[in-house]
Amino acid sequence: MWKFIVRRLIITFPQLIVLSIIIFLMAQAMPGDALTGLVDPNIDRAAIEEQREKLGLNDPWHIKYVDWISGIFQGDLGQSFRYKMEVTELVEQRMINTFWLSVATLIFTYIIAVPLGIISGRYNDTLLDSSITGYTYIGFATPLFIFALVMLWIFGYQLQWFPTGGSVAPGTEPGTIDYVMSKINHLLLPALSIALIQTVSTVQYLRSEIVDTKQRDFVITARAKGASESRVYNRHILRNSLLPIAAFFGYEITMLITGTIFVEQIFSFPGMGQLFIESVLQRDFSVVNAVVLLFGAAAILGALISDIILSVVDPRIRIK
Amino acid sequence: MAILEVEDLKIYFPIKAGIFNRTVDHIKAVDGVSFAIEEGKTYGLVGESGSGKTTTGRGIIGLEHITAGSVKFNGKDITNKKKKTKAISRDIQMIFQDPYSSLNPRKRVRDIIAEPLRNYENLTKQEEKKRVQELLELVGLSPESILKYPHEFSGGQRQRIGIARAIALKPKLIIADEPVSALDVSVQAQVLNFMQDIQKELGLTYLFISHDLGIVKHMCDDIAIMYKGRYVEQGTKEEIFNHPQHIYTKRLVSAIPDIDPSNREKLFQFRQEVQEEYDESYNEYFDSEGLAYSLKPISETHLVALPEKG
Amino acid sequence: MGDKLLEIKNLITSFRIGDHYYAAVDNVSLTVNKNEVLGIVGESGSGKSALAFSVMGLHTKAKIEGSILFNGKDIVSLPKSELNGLRGDDMSMIFQDPLTALNPLMEIGAQISETLILHRPQMSLKERKDHVIELLNMVGIPRPEYVYEQFPHELSGGMRQRVIIAIAIANRPELLIADEPTTALDVTIQAQILDLVRKLKSEMGSGVILITHDLGVVAEMADRVAVMYAGQVVEIADVQTLFNNPKHPYTRSLLNSVPAEGQDKLHVIQGIVPALQNLPREGCRFAERIPWIESNTHEKDPVLHEISPGHFVRCTCYKHFYFPEEPKEAKVYGNTRG
Repeated sequence: MWKFIVRRLIITFPQLIVLSIIIFLMAQAMPGDALTGLVDPNIDRAAIEEQREKLGLNDPWHIKYVDWISGIFQGDLGQSFRYKMEVTELVEQRMINTFWLSVATLIFTYIIAVPLGIISGRYNDTLLDSSITGYTYIGFATPLFIFALVMLWIFGYQLQWFPTGGSVAPGTEPGTIDYVMSKINHLLLPALSIALIQTVSTVQYLRSEIVDTKQRDFVITARAKGASESRVYNRHILRNSLLPIAAFFGYEITMLITGTIFVEQIFSFPGMGQLFIESVLQRDFSVVNAVVLLFGAAAILGALISDIILSVVDPRIRIK
Repeated sequence: MAILEVEDLKIYFPIKAGIFNRTVDHIKAVDGVSFAIEEGKTYGLVGESGSGKTTTGRGIIGLEHITAGSVKFNGKDITNKKKKTKAISRDIQMIFQDPYSSLNPRKRVRDIIAEPLRNYENLTKQEEKKRVQELLELVGLSPESILKYPHEFSGGQRQRIGIARAIALKPKLIIADEPVSALDVSVQAQVLNFMQDIQKELGLTYLFISHDLGIVKHMCDDIAIMYKGRYVEQGTKEEIFNHPQHIYTKRLVSAIPDIDPSNREKLFQFRQEVQEEYDESYNEYFDSEGLAYSLKPISETHLVALPEKG
Repeated sequence: MGDKLLEIKNLITSFRIGDHYYAAVDNVSLTVNKNEVLGIVGESGSGKSALAFSVMGLHTKAKIEGSILFNGKDIVSLPKSELNGLRGDDMSMIFQDPLTALNPLMEIGAQISETLILHRPQMSLKERKDHVIELLNMVGIPRPEYVYEQFPHELSGGMRQRVIIAIAIANRPELLIADEPTTALDVTIQAQILDLVRKLKSEMGSGVILITHDLGVVAEMADRVAVMYAGQVVEIADVQTLFNNPKHPYTRSLLNSVPAEGQDKLHVIQGIVPALQNLPREGCRFAERIPWIESNTHEKDPVLHEISPGHFVRCTCYKHFYFPEEPKEAKVYGNTRG
């Protein structure tokens, strides 16, 4: 198993490097450079050119890339031209917010998906299954941003059960119980909004896995041993069906990224997604680069985590 | 003259291991196999799973990379894919084991059978249709079925579609890899009879790969027994079934179920004896790695893998 | 013969296709005695596996009519919990494909232990493990302590089949159903597995139902043989009679289609086994595959005729059957074999 994990880690590095090169080249392809927004347009062109030369902006792309990437390794993601501050600093708090939002979303996603998928798969082609499958179709068809708006309107404005914006109530002291509770309170509605929509693919996936596993020969063997139906499900079908769900985890993270971009915007939740949209609109490219890079890295890490989970739970991979 | 000559054929598969997936060793799937098939004969290649019999067949037709050795067809070297002319590739065709998965389910019978024709011959639409219908008739299927899909046929019929495809180009040699093991007894009979009929009609030579000794006995003139990539024994049908020399062959032959229940006790006892002999003399017949020795002739046609001393 | 262990009476097992139920097992009556091997022969679509699954109660979506008496008790209508008490304990099953019949995520030891946990809950952990090791030994698995902790994918097909047999015999069942137990295996392994089943049978005195399409295997193993075609039993006899004096056209055709000594041409049965929904439901079901036999020789509603003690043949057409490749006169009422 360790060999597998180490090998898997080694594959991850080139993935990250390719990702960073792509992002870098895309940034290069965009009009303007670091100086464009910083300098007064009235300054002499020759002086700008000189400045460019000095800053290394005229170097060939691979040298600039090496500069940029070594900067990243030292925690330097560049300067935000809009906020006039280090991108690292700007991103840090938002990353923490998005991280917790993601965790909450994932928890909700699985809390919803696992029981629904199991019921739907076990009692397939019954009324119960049809209604669960019906929900998943609605989930597939509903755009997240509209659903999130509706949730915000009902639970935020009409019923006023949840706060309608921000990540924490103003004036609460960091470190206190109140602060934590307020943080959680702010997370719930956006997390639930994403989860209710995003979970449908997992429900469907788990359902089809169970329907599939039900017909496998070893399930018949288990019944022939005299195992009760509940034992057959708990000991034999579930574990085999949940395995692919673990592999699905990486994809789940990728979907989360798109989810948070919409939802943070709608709930004015100060996270990476919101930052991303703002930066794009403001053409704050160094921030956009940094955010895309972090999103990409998260997706790659998600896939890595899936594979590691799989290698831990599946003996067929574990032994190799 | 021999239509196919295989000389010291070796097909090795790399075993990859370690963090960088380097090749650390090889699986010797086929390890120095030599044989020749006379034109118009059926040559049986028998072995249990993992013996390398299928790999040998696939190597000859060019589906596996040959590590060493040579394959000659009508005296011409075809070991290397580049040396293989178009004329030779159309002369050698293959019938696969599983009629359920070896036919593309999304293609109509017409397209499945016409595929080799399209690769090798320039026929007009009309000519092609006519040829396909002729072939269908030859394999005993209705010429009207050209527009059907594989799933509309039974297992035996599908296998016959596979055979129609294989004989479309009038090949000289057909490699049949377990052609009937996926079929029911009565359907098996149908396909085997048919294979014999077209052999006579078209003067075909068969390399017949199977694990079923009863069927091999029925179909083949000469038989080779393979074990762990090597030949254990080779001879005529008579020699292999009535005078097996190698302990492995004896054990294999003794394991064939007898259709006459009155021989039951005799068979059990015989099997028991052979098994005891096998356990006792295993070290005499196999080297320290459990592999067969090289073949020694004991008659003109009968070769047995025995140790050097005799 | 000995005591009746299993008595199947007028069993009809039907599956739903579209809006209709179609009987895969169509009014079958059979008995299995203690210490006896009943071979059931037939090709795919004959209903032999559906019959075995009905006895074990393993069909999830079939309609089952008729009765199956196990030690005199009808198990068709038995509540699930009572049936579970029997399955794996008093009756158990060996499956066809050893590569898929074991749970890929469970250790071998745990898979065998499960059947002990279910039926002998009073066993201590250690007793249970010892018993499993002993079972692994019995079925001829080398290094049982090591295999105990292995996963199915680490074992060869033959070894996995031994594990499946170990599961089946763990509680010394009175009835053992083996559904094509050696089809997926090499001949030498087949011989070993059959030998094992034979030994275990005589040791435990169980009744065995051996389902197979391989006539050689039946000839070697069975005491009595039932031949099935299109959901019905067409012939039953003791093994010697069935192989040396077969009567039903289907039995005879089947025997002639297997390569045998001195046989030049194999017999080919005309046509194909129809799909379940297209099976003939009236008259002699084999009639359409022997069209050269005059239709008035078939019974309108064929029943089993006892032509000698214990030898039953369905339909009267057997009296007039001959192979088309043979001269009719010589063969009409005679025997083809022996």
